[in-house]
Amino acid sequence: MSPTLAVFYLLAAITLGSAVAVVSSRNVVYAVLALLLSLVAVAGLFILLLAEFLALVQVLIYAGAIIIVLLFALMLTRVEEFARVRDNPQRPIALVVAGAVLGILIAAFLRFSPATQELKHVGVTALGSELFTRWAIPFEVASLVLLVALIGAIVIARAGGRE
Amino acid sequence: MSLLHFQVLSAALFSVGLYGVLARRNAVLILFSIELMLNAVNVNLVAFGAFLDPGRIMGQVLAIFVIIVAAAEVGLALAIILRVYRNRGTVNVDEIDLMKW
Repeated sequence: MSPTLAVFYLLAAITLGSAVAVVSSRNVVYAVLALLLSLVAVAGLFILLLAEFLALVQVLIYAGAIIIVLLFALMLTRVEEFARVRDNPQRPIALVVAGAVLGILIAAFLRFSPATQELKHVGVTALGSELFTRWAIPFEVASLVLLVALIGAIVIARAGGRE
Repeated sequence: MSLLHFQVLSAALFSVGLYGVLARRNAVLILFSIELMLNAVNVNLVAFGAFLDPGRIMGQVLAIFVIIVAAAEVGLALAIILRVYRNRGTVNVDEIDLMKW
């Protein structure tokens, strides 16, 4: 087993293990910390795929900003229920549906086996020039979406105006 | 380390997130599970881009767009959850049934 493959299995185990902890933990704060671990492990997977800029973005935006925002959401809502969250009575159905989706996806991936190429590193420069030439208009639209969503969030969450 | 490794990993991650969305009751925990699903999609996109795209960059560009949309979604969802909590005193999705027919 090559070292890369060993690192992949390690990162995959961390990602999946902490993902299972996120969806099964009774304690919400543990769930947040497990989500953080899972997101950082995904950043490691991006490095294995030689996408180092994306790994950086993953750590900055997901592990930094989004986790903090989710912690805010937790702290500002039901604090007293943190240690004992109960799940739906529909857990068995959820398990069956998730298992079925997993089976279908893996079956589809096993049938689809295209000729792959060797991994090759492309620098941030190439990514940036691609993003600002060929994908410039989608990029600007995306930043507009982000702006509108955040202004909308401020308007919705603002104090007062309670009906 | 082949494309299939990453595909199976992202399929498993997506299914775990799907289970969380269906089984959790707390709206914030449902949000966590949605983040897991978005991450699974990102892993898949980057792996496809790295192994199949001749320019090797398309997957990363698409993953950046997914991350942008995820950030917008988290911000808006947080605002909505806070508003619902303020008005109804709960974030349990079983009790938020005003629009249920």
